[in-house]
Amino acid sequence: MQANDVLAKAELLRRQLSSSFRDEIVKSLYAEAERIARRAVKVHGDRTYDLDQQIDRLITSPLTGLPIMLLLLAVVIWTTVEGANLVSEALAAVLFGIGDAMRALFVQANLPWWITGFVWDGVYRGLAWVVSVMFPPMAIFFPAFTLLEDLGFLPRVAFNLDWLFKKAGAHGKQALTMTMGFGCNAAGVVSTRIIDSPRERLIAILTNNFVPCNGRFPTLIMLATVFVAAGFQGWVTSLIAAATVVGVVLIGIGFTFLMSLLLSRTILKGEASAFTLELPPYRRPDILRILYTSLIDRTLFVLWRAIQTAAPAGAVIWILANLPFGSSNLAAAIASWLDPFGHLLGLDGVILLAYVIAIPANEIVVPTMMMMYLGAGMMVEGPGTAEAIRTLLIGQHGWTLLTAVNLMLFALLHNPCGTTILTIYKETKSVKWATVSVVITLGTAFLVTFLTASLARLMGWA
Amino acid sequence: MPSKKVSLPSDACQTCPAYAQLEQMGIKVGNFDRVVALAGNPNTGKSTLFNALTGLKQHTGNWPGKTVTRAEGGYQFNGVKYKLVDLPGTYSLLSASQDEEVARDFLLFGQPDCTIVVTDATALERNLNLVLQVLEITDRVVVAVNLIDEARRKGLEVDTRTLSRDLGVPAVPIIARTGEGLMTLLTTVAEVIEGQIVTRPLRVSSTPEFQQAVSELATMIEELLPGIPNARWLAIRLLDGDTRVQKALLSGELAEIVARQSQADVQFSKKIALAGRQ
Repeated sequence: MQANDVLAKAELLRRQLSSSFRDEIVKSLYAEAERIARRAVKVHGDRTYDLDQQIDRLITSPLTGLPIMLLLLAVVIWTTVEGANLVSEALAAVLFGIGDAMRALFVQANLPWWITGFVWDGVYRGLAWVVSVMFPPMAIFFPAFTLLEDLGFLPRVAFNLDWLFKKAGAHGKQALTMTMGFGCNAAGVVSTRIIDSPRERLIAILTNNFVPCNGRFPTLIMLATVFVAAGFQGWVTSLIAAATVVGVVLIGIGFTFLMSLLLSRTILKGEASAFTLELPPYRRPDILRILYTSLIDRTLFVLWRAIQTAAPAGAVIWILANLPFGSSNLAAAIASWLDPFGHLLGLDGVILLAYVIAIPANEIVVPTMMMMYLGAGMMVEGPGTAEAIRTLLIGQHGWTLLTAVNLMLFALLHNPCGTTILTIYKETKSVKWATVSVVITLGTAFLVTFLTASLARLMGWA
Repeated sequence: MPSKKVSLPSDACQTCPAYAQLEQMGIKVGNFDRVVALAGNPNTGKSTLFNALTGLKQHTGNWPGKTVTRAEGGYQFNGVKYKLVDLPGTYSLLSASQDEEVARDFLLFGQPDCTIVVTDATALERNLNLVLQVLEITDRVVVAVNLIDEARRKGLEVDTRTLSRDLGVPAVPIIARTGEGLMTLLTTVAEVIEGQIVTRPLRVSSTPEFQQAVSELATMIEELLPGIPNARWLAIRLLDGDTRVQKALLSGELAEIVARQSQADVQFSKKIALAGRQ
């Protein structure tokens, strides 16, 4: 008895059966389900007023659906910006205060300069930056996101965006996986398993990185607050900052569609497939569970990962900045070597070097950059404040609005972090697709920043 | 995670010897006596039930597709240790998407001692399509009718007695969020496993010619792969021209999976349960 015999027999039997036997199986299944359900379920006459449907009529309407989603996104981001600024500054003050005090103790104890430098200017400062810059936005964003998830809002987002994805030749459920990407791109990539068609799943995987994850939100928020919103006073500041971040997110979503379209017209040709998506009822969220999931599982998980990479990154930067090379140090030498290329993109060598060091985790780009700018020096005004950052970057390192804008674009579009690349490899089981994911994102980032920089210079804006 | 005793708001007293007790075992599923699978349509509360029984904090979310891999945890009930496997939600067992395949493969080859099919009381008819398909694969099934509170608010009343009688397997009303009905559910699962409740699952009858073809082919499959469970279901899939099952048969994967499922996959899934996050 061979496997082939069984298949041949199946083939033979199938031909003997009437051609409609499949439909008959499904039909009898459905008929049976209906019969049983009718016997078991009693419907009471007084059906209560259906609030769900009323809300859905608003949220999924072609007219009001998209504006409501946009408004919700803006509210979440504004809350994050507003709340994070307060906490970040306080946290930075405390953490850097501790660092300074400990450093002074080390100096007093006459420990060798390189121990003091390595521990407090390298490793500790990297950690303090990451915690004070990253923790506050995450602790606000994740609970807000989890709340929307629990309410049942996500499938409605997919419902509203379905036609756009279909136009791009992609799967409507990509809206769900894209939304998951806001939390973490690696998680977004894993969630693409809900997409049946391998072609559309690949599109969803390759474009997931175009929405900023929680590791990149702090970078965007900081740049938007310190540079774009700096010219404004009072309560408008956080509104402008939030609007800027929303704008960047929308650009990211725009690139998601554009790249999906491009892929489905070139290397991943095909038609969008149809699917059914259930809109679950709205459910009363369980606040305690939301706090647990978002704070313990998400925030602390991401923060811990960032801390694990920040400590070695801090050490690497300190060593690079203190190894003599020519007339200066190794970090400065590499940065100045990268400078011409960075300039072409409206950035500079330090920023590019920071991105190379931060490949394991995007979260640490800004801290890495700051530490390299600072070198062995110390910030005068207390490093956490927007004022101090502006003085350092604009005053001492020649940043312009173009640098800030292009850095935001670069942060949005550049290659996925190490974890995400690894996840893409695991999900696709292919080095080729993991490489493609890096090439298209990095290519887009280079191209876009190059174009904006050239345009700005041509028009005399920068 | 330390095991801890919880006092779920239980209805233990109406159903069982007063000492029935649940101990959540988290991920300590090293040595278990029984394996119970959780299947069901997407977004019916499988993960909520999973968390309530195991004490784990598997992510739940109010959208279909939240669970894409299987997660495992343990609980102890009346001194018996159970391993609970939370499967991704699926509308049918005929489709080819990866999350649905995870569910299908486990039901087929994991040979759980009992399968709990979690159904949404507010949409019972659609949910029953999957229940009927699961009944094709395995005899030992308990149907958990979840969200009866939501159904009640919508003016729907589910008569689980009639449902049990029609399906030939027990149906238990529960509210996974509050823990209502869980004690009855666990007692029922235990009784099905120990054979105190004998199930007579409804097999949807198609045409006599089809039934004849199925049993002929099933006999051949059993000859080819002695000890394979669900030969009948595999026969149906082959008659339907399911390429995934054809391939699995040709490549020897079917035979292999039967042997392998119990070891390597448990390791893998334990890691997922340990991470508890996606």
